[in-house]
Amino acid sequence: MQLPPALHARLAGAPGAAAPLPVQRDALAGNAPFRFAARQVRFPREHEFFEDGDVQRHLYLQDVITQVAAEPERPRVPEFTCQVAGCCQAFDALEDYEHHYHTLHGNVCSYCRRAFPSGHLLDTHIQEWHDSLFQILAERQDMYQCLVEGCTEKFRTSRDRKQHLVAHHLYPADFRFDKPRKGSRPASQVSTEAAGEDRAPSEGDAMEVCSEHAEAPPEPPRERRVYGHRVPSTICFGQGASRGFKSTKKRSKRP
Amino acid sequence: MWRGRRGLLRPSGCGVEELRCRRREREAALRKARREQQLVSKRLLRDEATEEAEGGRVVVILGEAQIQEFLRLAQRGIEEKERERALVSLRRGLQHPETQQTFIRLEGSIRTLVGLLTSNKALLQLEAARCLHELSHSEQSAVAEACLPATSYLLTYLSGHSSDFIELCLYTLGNLIVESEAVRRQLLPQGIVPALAACIQSPHLTVLEALGYALSQLLQAKEAPEKIIPLVLGSTLPQHILQLLQPGPKLNLGVAVEFAWCLHYIICSQVNNALLITQGALTTLGLLLLDLAAAVQRTEDAGLELLVCPVVRCLSNLLTEAAAETVGGPMHLQDERVLAALFILLQFFLHKQPSLLPEGLWLLNNLTANSPSFCTSLISLDLIEPLLHLLSVSNVVSVLVLTVLCNVAEKGPAYCQHLWPGLLLPTLLDTLALSDTEVVGQSVELLQLLFLYQPGAAQAFLQQSGLQALQRHEEVAQLQDRVHALQQTALHG
Repeated sequence: MQLPPALHARLAGAPGAAAPLPVQRDALAGNAPFRFAARQVRFPREHEFFEDGDVQRHLYLQDVITQVAAEPERPRVPEFTCQVAGCCQAFDALEDYEHHYHTLHGNVCSYCRRAFPSGHLLDTHIQEWHDSLFQILAERQDMYQCLVEGCTEKFRTSRDRKQHLVAHHLYPADFRFDKPRKGSRPASQVSTEAAGEDRAPSEGDAMEVCSEHAEAPPEPPRERRVYGHRVPSTICFGQGASRGFKSTKKRSKRP
Repeated sequence: MWRGRRGLLRPSGCGVEELRCRRREREAALRKARREQQLVSKRLLRDEATEEAEGGRVVVILGEAQIQEFLRLAQRGIEEKERERALVSLRRGLQHPETQQTFIRLEGSIRTLVGLLTSNKALLQLEAARCLHELSHSEQSAVAEACLPATSYLLTYLSGHSSDFIELCLYTLGNLIVESEAVRRQLLPQGIVPALAACIQSPHLTVLEALGYALSQLLQAKEAPEKIIPLVLGSTLPQHILQLLQPGPKLNLGVAVEFAWCLHYIICSQVNNALLITQGALTTLGLLLLDLAAAVQRTEDAGLELLVCPVVRCLSNLLTEAAAETVGGPMHLQDERVLAALFILLQFFLHKQPSLLPEGLWLLNNLTANSPSFCTSLISLDLIEPLLHLLSVSNVVSVLVLTVLCNVAEKGPAYCQHLWPGLLLPTLLDTLALSDTEVVGQSVELLQLLFLYQPGAAQAFLQQSGLQALQRHEEVAQLQDRVHALQQTALHG
């Protein structure tokens, strides 16, 4: 199939449409027994016309394992340690460090040092756990927001919200990122609470960042609020409080 | 410009002939699946580099006791390295279907895995996610569906920041999505569409490609037109998809392929294509087609046809929408460079993937059917002869070529004038020698138009023994009326 040489030049040229030649149809055209009529055609999803292309597409999907095999190995770098104060995890690949950082130091609550998978969940947590204004408002209106992105429902209590998550969004009843605050104590006691009761040693509790440490010194929340809720994780207010977890410390089960 | 995907690597120890044979078998299986409307493919993301470091690809079948031991170590091991190693061993074992079966039947196994997935130990999280990914890839429904308790977490992690982890979650979700309608009935209320809409803003190409894959699986579902596509169209996803398909230096082939297929599934479901047109789909796709035509001339890049195919389909179907027809409007596709691009791509198909020629010609039909301007361009750009050369490829292709020629001819004498004389008559006489009814039928239609609009055509036809060529079809049921009418016209005008 030889293409005219000027075609490539046309492709590279300016946009434009041809001035159409005059259209002049005869009434006899398309008369029976002839049936031709110029018309656009559309094909729906499952039409057999698409079979070949669909098969090629799926061969490609199935083939990807061979493509991944050609991926160059991750560049190794000289070993370095996490720069967050108190964390001495070491790495020799940037991707590993990225994952570590985001998991442990990324969305960290500056009050209770719990880590969250996303900014959205962190914000919700701070509001519901550490903001006494929230508690006041919650007495009069629906303040507990649904955790699912895009859902704007709000609820009176965290239990109502959980019920909504389970019934409406089919979330598991023990969804780990929706631990309710025990009782409705004022915010000033939150950090002690965080150090004690709620810090249940349940396996895989994602909010547990400092599970290795026996106690977290309580920090005065009033001062804290002046600086805003999200404090950079490198700043530490308490005495000797660690922000990360020490990989060298042994995990110990709480009695 | 075009950052092609990594090249295809053949697994060692396979002869070329064996590979071809396997590919033919897989192709046959896929065709069969498609005819039964069961076309489902999963993607497996395995980091071969890590595997080789771990000492080769020997897959070990693990027994119940071993699985339990690995889980115990992963959960309660003292040294972090020990915990990681245990999970890695588990993951490698899970590459085998038997291990998978044993695993899912063990009480508490998934629960433990989900616990590790949501733990604060980054590397354990990643390994746990890889284990889930292996399970999600299984062809056994029971195994894949065992991953369901993890979906709310997989979705939550999509709004995190670790790109490797997100990529893994997305491929896992993509595999689960195709598993069954039951799975999708859980994922939709869990907010998969808003989660994807948020995640598509990621700058990481690997994340985007994975997202495109997952979304394409979602859109391919049987219930998609009623239950899924309206949600997708109501989100910000279409705008982002179109942005990711903009031609230019930032266009990535792997990413574009996935989202072009997403767009195809949306468009051919015909839910609300007018909306896509107002968002500039025609313009974007048109420009992308131009870019692709330029690219096929430059590179021998394997895989461009994977992108050309869905782009052609999207354009072709969109052109049939009423919204596309507003002449002179900004959405109207009226740029003859599109025609130039299409022919360059037809030539590319001819060499690379002849089975895609019909789709290209289908687009050509939709461009020319109602457009005097495009028909004129076909003439002025000297594309009639190249078109005629396609007539020998196959019957389906021939019918389409003849249809396009009819599109031109039916617009009247000014058009037929340019179709004549040249190669048209001898070519038509050749097609009349064929036995395929559709091809002959379309040739007869074209001849009728030529006789009507082009003085001297009938005469030349007679002189070239056209009547004899028609004779063999006089008894064919679908053809006889038209053949007789044509014979009469030729003889008596």
